[in-house]
Amino acid sequence: MANNIFVIAEHLNGKVEDITYEMLGKAKELAASAGGEAVAVLLGSGAKGLAGDFAAGKVLYVDSPQLAEFNPEAYCKTIASLVNSHAPKAVLVGNTSQGMDIAAGLSIDCGLPLIAYASDLSAGNVTSQLYGGKMNVESAVEGDRFIASVLAGAFPTDAGKGSGAAVEDVPAPDLSGLKIKFKQLHEPEGGDVDITASDVLVSVGRGIQNEENLEIVQEFADKLGAALSCSRPIVDNKWLPKTRQVGKSGLKVKPKVYIAIGISGAPEHIEGMKDAECIIAINTDANAPIFDFAHYGTTEDLFDVVPAMTGKL
Amino acid sequence: MNIIVPIKQVPDLVEELEIDSSGKDLDREWLKFKVNEYDDHALEEALLLKEEFGGTVTAIALDGNDIDKALYAAAAKGADKVVKVTGLDAHVSNHQAARALANVIQGMGADLVFTGVQSVEDRDGQLGVLLAHYLNMPHISVVTGVTVAGSNVVVKKEYSGGIYAEFEAATPIVLGIQAARETPRYVPVAKVRRAMSSTEMEEVSAGDVSVSAGSSVSRMFKPVSGGKAEMLSGSAEDVAGKLVEIIKSKS
Repeated sequence: MANNIFVIAEHLNGKVEDITYEMLGKAKELAASAGGEAVAVLLGSGAKGLAGDFAAGKVLYVDSPQLAEFNPEAYCKTIASLVNSHAPKAVLVGNTSQGMDIAAGLSIDCGLPLIAYASDLSAGNVTSQLYGGKMNVESAVEGDRFIASVLAGAFPTDAGKGSGAAVEDVPAPDLSGLKIKFKQLHEPEGGDVDITASDVLVSVGRGIQNEENLEIVQEFADKLGAALSCSRPIVDNKWLPKTRQVGKSGLKVKPKVYIAIGISGAPEHIEGMKDAECIIAINTDANAPIFDFAHYGTTEDLFDVVPAMTGKL
Repeated sequence: MNIIVPIKQVPDLVEELEIDSSGKDLDREWLKFKVNEYDDHALEEALLLKEEFGGTVTAIALDGNDIDKALYAAAAKGADKVVKVTGLDAHVSNHQAARALANVIQGMGADLVFTGVQSVEDRDGQLGVLLAHYLNMPHISVVTGVTVAGSNVVVKKEYSGGIYAEFEAATPIVLGIQAARETPRYVPVAKVRRAMSSTEMEEVSAGDVSVSAGSSVSRMFKPVSGGKAEMLSGSAEDVAGKLVEIIKSKS
């Protein structure tokens, strides 16, 4: 088992999340060079069927009512006991809401190095995207075993999908006396505007500086007949509702035209809009990562360009 | 509830980042720092809970990177106590930072520990979860709301697409805050200055931090620009004209 690569499968609402397949594809590659196999680790209750299209050498499945829904405490305990007993060479965890509650805990409970925000990895060398995507850092791992928390969208999903693999049932560890209890899942409330349905999105970020300035982009969007969306800081500051947020913790959008105004393009945001057909970026910082994804860009000040565009519509 | 909020200063990304001569770290000589924005949300959520349910809020930070200013600002916003942890290099791994904070926090009788869910330089993992495991406390990350129910807390954890889960948890617990229920409060500079003269900052030694991240940086580099964007130049008026044409032709 010592050359195997673990992938912690992620699912929500009865559906496997794409990050699982993205990591499985990469794990197969790493396992091949290490002389081991990709092993998917799936936790749930009556959820074995979710592994049906995993391209893995093997699936370790742990079934327990306590694991039916994601629970940071129960999942950490269960995965740590699996990693300790199977001693895989590497463990890939999503740098996602669920994975963030697993990776760092494993690092301490299993005594393994952790490299976060991984955008690429090979044996013993992991590349992380830090500083909002403005810097890449390569880390060398001490010893030959490690954990990486992998950015969503870093690898294609195709290579991780297949005809399934042998599933080995593993008994759950003692999960009595948990201090965290799952209560319920809440679906998003319907918003006033469906940003996923709009052909043109005017999207605003931190560069707008304050709530009053939103008027400038709202007026532009109105004249253009576009919906107004935004990046996370705008929602965290309650300037626009959650239903307008594009990105990792918001919505994925694929409009014909996406106009990013004052958005630097952190990896979490790029994840939500990189598939737009035409991306236009307006940002005074010439080094902003958004320009690596945009088709057209300008470093002119948004407070000059946006009103000028509104005037021409 | 006794709420502890670890905060830290991070490089302000509005400034241009340069790599130092080692090729492994930022050139820190001219770096400007600001409080990690998620830590601001963690402090805000703590202050909201205190206002609603009573208790105390303590802001705690490792020394370095202009941290005094940030701690006094926390006091000015309403933190009852500010603690500076000394004896560590300002730029340690998160494993070491978490170990140092755990050394100090474990004697403080915390009911809740609120950290920012992440920062822009968590190369070896997010601080809150590391801290929780050193403290032997459970943790929930990506939290967007906390309420108190007796000796328990009810916590909202956010997933993608606007879905969120609700958990009920016993205290003590570490929560990684994504966003407070309200916009983090603003505090005028004059109030921070007053806090500097009226607040007694407690200094505590980091203690034994002989833990390792188990990895080291071998290279730092700026992402190779795909040079993908066609950059438009000219006056704002010219650029606006060209962009409007592009938008019309592509939509």
